[in-house]
Amino acid sequence: MTYEDTLHEIVVSDPRFMVLTAENRAAIRSLPQRIPEQFLDTGITEQTMIGMAAGLALRHRIPVTHALATFLTMRAFEFVRTDVGLANLPVKLVGAFAGFLSEANGPTHQAVEDVALMRGIPNMNVFCPADEQDMLLGLPVVLKSAAPFYLRYNNLPARVEHEPVLIGKAETFGDGADVAILTYGMLFSQALKAKAILADRGVSTRVVNLRTLKPVDEDVLLAAAKECSLVVTLEDHFQTGGLFSIFAEILVKHQRICRTLPICLKDRWFKPALLDDVLEFEGFTGKAISQKIFTQLGGK
Amino acid sequence: MNKEDIKNLEATAFKVREHIIRMSGKGGCFIGASLSCADLIVYLYKHFLNVTRETLADPERDYLFLSKGHDVPALYGTFVELGWLARERLDDHVKTNDSIYWHPNRSIPGIEFHSGSLGHLLSVSSGVALDCKLQRQTNRVVVVLGDGELNEGSIWEGLLVASTYKLDNLLIIVDRNRFQANMATEDLLPLEPLADKFAAFGCSATAVNGHDFSAMSKTLGRFPMEVGKPTVVIAETTRGKGLPSIEKRADRWFCMFSQAEVDQLLRELHGVERARLTSETLVVR
Repeated sequence: MTYEDTLHEIVVSDPRFMVLTAENRAAIRSLPQRIPEQFLDTGITEQTMIGMAAGLALRHRIPVTHALATFLTMRAFEFVRTDVGLANLPVKLVGAFAGFLSEANGPTHQAVEDVALMRGIPNMNVFCPADEQDMLLGLPVVLKSAAPFYLRYNNLPARVEHEPVLIGKAETFGDGADVAILTYGMLFSQALKAKAILADRGVSTRVVNLRTLKPVDEDVLLAAAKECSLVVTLEDHFQTGGLFSIFAEILVKHQRICRTLPICLKDRWFKPALLDDVLEFEGFTGKAISQKIFTQLGGK
Repeated sequence: MNKEDIKNLEATAFKVREHIIRMSGKGGCFIGASLSCADLIVYLYKHFLNVTRETLADPERDYLFLSKGHDVPALYGTFVELGWLARERLDDHVKTNDSIYWHPNRSIPGIEFHSGSLGHLLSVSSGVALDCKLQRQTNRVVVVLGDGELNEGSIWEGLLVASTYKLDNLLIIVDRNRFQANMATEDLLPLEPLADKFAAFGCSATAVNGHDFSAMSKTLGRFPMEVGKPTVVIAETTRGKGLPSIEKRADRWFCMFSQAEVDQLLRELHGVERARLTSETLVVR
């Protein structure tokens, strides 16, 4: 199953759904023909698309909107905040090619503050799947929720079998107590590679796939802080407002402290290139991540 | 529309103006824009929109969206006169024990959606109009825009979309009072020829005197003006209409008058004598 097929299956089962796009059709190319009465392309008008989605939701429809993540979360930000968030309407925002997935497009297309922006909106939920399987497991949950949702689209193939998705619940791979790698989105697979490399060097690691960043699984984050010698936050996002910030907020809220290593974009955009080269250049391959962790632990 | 109808509309609009003037003294309000659209709002609710207190949640009702938002005292005043809102609640304007403030919100029965940030409700109302069409319902969807609001780019992209999807159940009314916050619209980003602009964006556009009930009846009676096109009615209005001492004044946009000034303005409205206003002008919000 693809995203498109899964979405189609859900949409045809419930006439309340409307699929919208601001002329971003990559993930939904066959839907105009398959569901003409439930499909609307507003053209390159992210603001109008979100406003219309709010209007459709006032009529008890469930709009599923699509655009590149940068333009959806930034060009249309105030419409999302004011017409969707404030009204608490069940509008779903599917942002494509966020973070490193924008590859060689350059900084105009790099959504590396989308999590910070979306989680800052009252009522908004945020789901950042690790891969296509994770996304498709979560899609029905997101669409059936009464809340507005931002979905950070990710169609990379899965390398593991995922558990069913529950809003506010993370899934954890391994029970290592030396290091916890907290992550979301496409870097999950690199985290698993880092975990394997670290195991060979005698470092036990758990990898936490957060899935929903809002609401976030506080228990899993607090357990990592309590049980592990080092907690790594790994994300293709600016350091400000993303997972590192979420983790810091929760630690302060519970008056905890732990040794922390943020691996993220520190106040700059990444070098545009094809995905593998981006990961290599920016130091986000499993190997590079494991080396950073090993160094942090005092190893060589 | 007969003489009796016009007399009734004028009487209601007069009362709505009294409410607006009182609200300008209790924490203030955007009095100029509220007075310019008062006749229009009264006309729409009493003679155009198919909606009552009982059908506010009926999916087949007609909708009205007030996009510029800061003219909401005209809407609250109209709701009071329709019996939808208790008159006493206007006394709690901008107080924390109620939720009546300078811009509309949905907790007040009859307010379809909040507004205040300009350029939003054309697209929201287009979403509603589209769904009415998809559901094969015949509701009419009205959105009132300010002329200053037409500076916003989202209006023009919204028009492209509304005309593309042939939303002829959508009535866009521009409260053309020729002023925005601080100055005359034509002194900043000139809008004329405005009807031509709407026509070029695929709408059927016309103008009407927004203070002449008979003219409004004739013009709005032609809705939809063209099958397959959104209708735009440019309501030519006067900012501050009904109060010569503030009419057409750029510096009387948001006003917070003293009780003495409010009393004088009410006397002015009643044609007794012109008010002598001494409170600060141009309190820009």
